[in-house]
Amino acid sequence: MTLDSLRETFFAECEDLIESLTENLELVASHEWDAETINAIFRAVHSIKGSAGAFGFTDLVDFAHHYETTLDLIRSDKLDISNDVLRLIIRCSDNLAELVEGSRVEGSPVPEATKDLTAELIQLSGGPDAAGSPEDEFVFTPVAALPIEISLEPVEGFDITLAPQPSLYLSGHDPLRLISGLDKLGALTPECIVDAVPTLDDFNFDESYLRWKLKLRGAEDEDAVRDVFQFVDGHCTLEITPVLAEPANEPHDAPVEPVAAKPEELQTVAPQPRAQPAKSSPPTQKAAQSTLRVDPERVDRLINSVGELIINHAVIDRNLKESGLVSNSEITTALDDYGTLAREIQEGVMAIRAQPVKSLFQRMGRVVREAGEATGKKVTFVTEGEATEIDKTMLERLADPLTHMLRNAVDHGIEAPARRQETGKPETGTVRLSAAHRSGHVVIEIIDDGAGLNRERLMQKAIEKGIITADAKLSEGEVYALLFAPGFSTAESVTNLSGRGVGMDVVKTAITSLGGKVGITSSPGQGSAFTISLPLTLAVLDGMIVEVGAETMVLPLSSIVETIRPAASDIQEVTPGEWVLSVRGTFVPVVNLNALMGLEQTDDDHTNRVFVLIDANDATIAVSVDAIQDQRQVVIKSLKGNYGAITGIAAATILGDGNIALIIDPEALSGLAASQRAAQSQHSLEPQF
Amino acid sequence: MTQKTVLVIDDSRTIRRLVSQTLTDGGFASVTAEDGALGVAAFQQERFDAVITDINMPNLDGFGVLEAIRTGPSNRKVPILVLTTESSQEFKDKARGLGATGWIVKPFNDKQLIEILTLVTGADAA
Repeated sequence: MTLDSLRETFFAECEDLIESLTENLELVASHEWDAETINAIFRAVHSIKGSAGAFGFTDLVDFAHHYETTLDLIRSDKLDISNDVLRLIIRCSDNLAELVEGSRVEGSPVPEATKDLTAELIQLSGGPDAAGSPEDEFVFTPVAALPIEISLEPVEGFDITLAPQPSLYLSGHDPLRLISGLDKLGALTPECIVDAVPTLDDFNFDESYLRWKLKLRGAEDEDAVRDVFQFVDGHCTLEITPVLAEPANEPHDAPVEPVAAKPEELQTVAPQPRAQPAKSSPPTQKAAQSTLRVDPERVDRLINSVGELIINHAVIDRNLKESGLVSNSEITTALDDYGTLAREIQEGVMAIRAQPVKSLFQRMGRVVREAGEATGKKVTFVTEGEATEIDKTMLERLADPLTHMLRNAVDHGIEAPARRQETGKPETGTVRLSAAHRSGHVVIEIIDDGAGLNRERLMQKAIEKGIITADAKLSEGEVYALLFAPGFSTAESVTNLSGRGVGMDVVKTAITSLGGKVGITSSPGQGSAFTISLPLTLAVLDGMIVEVGAETMVLPLSSIVETIRPAASDIQEVTPGEWVLSVRGTFVPVVNLNALMGLEQTDDDHTNRVFVLIDANDATIAVSVDAIQDQRQVVIKSLKGNYGAITGIAAATILGDGNIALIIDPEALSGLAASQRAAQSQHSLEPQF
Repeated sequence: MTQKTVLVIDDSRTIRRLVSQTLTDGGFASVTAEDGALGVAAFQQERFDAVITDINMPNLDGFGVLEAIRTGPSNRKVPILVLTTESSQEFKDKARGLGATGWIVKPFNDKQLIEILTLVTGADAA
């Protein structure tokens, strides 16, 4: 609803009111009136005045106010309707109508008669004082407006005592709501005093027995505190005492804990007074808690240094091993500590950069709402795990992919309301966005309860676009992964909303660049789930160091399912150059990393090689390498900035010996394997780059 | 967070629209009634978290609404805010005597209305 449409409502209502005003005035003129006629006249003018104020029509409000004051005198029998009075109120009614008309166009002149009529009205109602000025009235005056004492001393908070009277409960107030109102202003320690509650025999249900002592810290605005109690003045005994910020070495609790000062109580219930200040101290600390603003660049520099520190640890570790020192010597123990500390520092620095996903998720609410409006679909947006923390850079870089995915979920996932009804679903669809920490990863899920992905249509489209061959056999995961292929779009026509030439491949690229993975599950008619799994940090990766020919490479540990040294019978050549590995009865395609990278193979005998099972795109592949060296944390150095993007390679790292190792991108590897299977006629695994 | 529902009783449809729009923007749901009698009838149909009522209305005025709800059969402790152009102490005292929870003078300030409603209903901050 726009302001314009509200104004239209106002003017339409004014027309009705003026019509009723005129009719009733005619009744008065023809002496056919009763008390209700006058009431109706009064109400009409009163209503116009009330609504006009909302639009700032001050001339109209002003005139209606004086008109109303005179009508009120008539209503309360303080003024008789003489012929003169009747003529005046009829002329006033005409003038009011003109003023309403004039308000339609900004800058319209005030009707000429207004001034004289106002003067006459004021005279009738006994002078300007009796009528008062409408401007005075239109200032919001809280019932309990009290003078505010301005203290130049820094205020740390307020001590408030609240003793409600029975009338407080009878006027729709609830102390609990007042307390939660205060809780929003700062750190609140409420204490309920129950001393006055009698035994059941003496209990009077109409009496108010409870009192509260409320310690509010970290709030400076006494006005805001008084606002909470603005309507309960007179319904309770209320004391609000500002607490000045004290020097740190003075005991905080002495003035607010008079109980502790009583010696006899100290003796009998010694633990209690002690426990009390201890309990109340955390909120005080919380109130004093401050945030430190740091230039993100400084944090980044620190992260980089920590990364180097970890590499440095690896270098020392390696040199030490090569020097042939015994493994339990003091120096290796010290080095282990060094490694532990380096990790601790790293985690600490990461925590600085971590931010809850809440702000991002809240922004996404708007995306879903707008997408729903643009497509005419009804969508409820639900978020979960808003407190989950994630690296700030990742948070920023997630905004675009998430926006795109959520729009897609609404545009392509959720069905139109009519269609949903046909299939027996609630008219309103649900899009759920959740975040959670799961085994060293941040998992973000986008789940819709829409139509689900159509496997056949995806395949058909991919064949049409030449992304896969007609006879390609793809697993469920691989079919869904087609969504992320460049140039793929499932919508039959490009919609305004999600089809702007940028496909899901951009989403995929963005997530991959963050070291993350996207997975899709879907069931027809029930909806789809997109799962984004992200590392906790952008800087470091847990990797398995493998030997491929003379090169050292890194496989991300997160993708590795298991490593196998197979028996000769487990490996079979399906077509020349294409091998499969039998893992507990299922066949897994083999990707020979040496062959793929065009590197020499140290041993041609498969049984002397190591097969690393990697989960990617919801499919498993067996990556065969010459040997496994180690499992270790590596610092990611982007290739893009230094060299350019290479399919199959995610990034590089510097190893302990100072050599560079490439970090494999498992998803791309699986994609390469799939495309090789699709191109079955080519019997050799040719280097792809 | 469960959405709080507010009953808005006012004989002016401009004010009814203004208030319900403000409530919607502030995260509240609203039901409107165009005079006191209809308002009290609506109140008995449904459970409301708060009532906003005008004073000057046909059939049953705001004072009547206050009296009917506060002495009524159900939900009599609901917060009731009086929204009116009247600001005289006499009117306020009368409304308070009848159990009004708070008083807001027209034309109201959107933000303030929501703040006050949030306070008296204990709704989560919008």
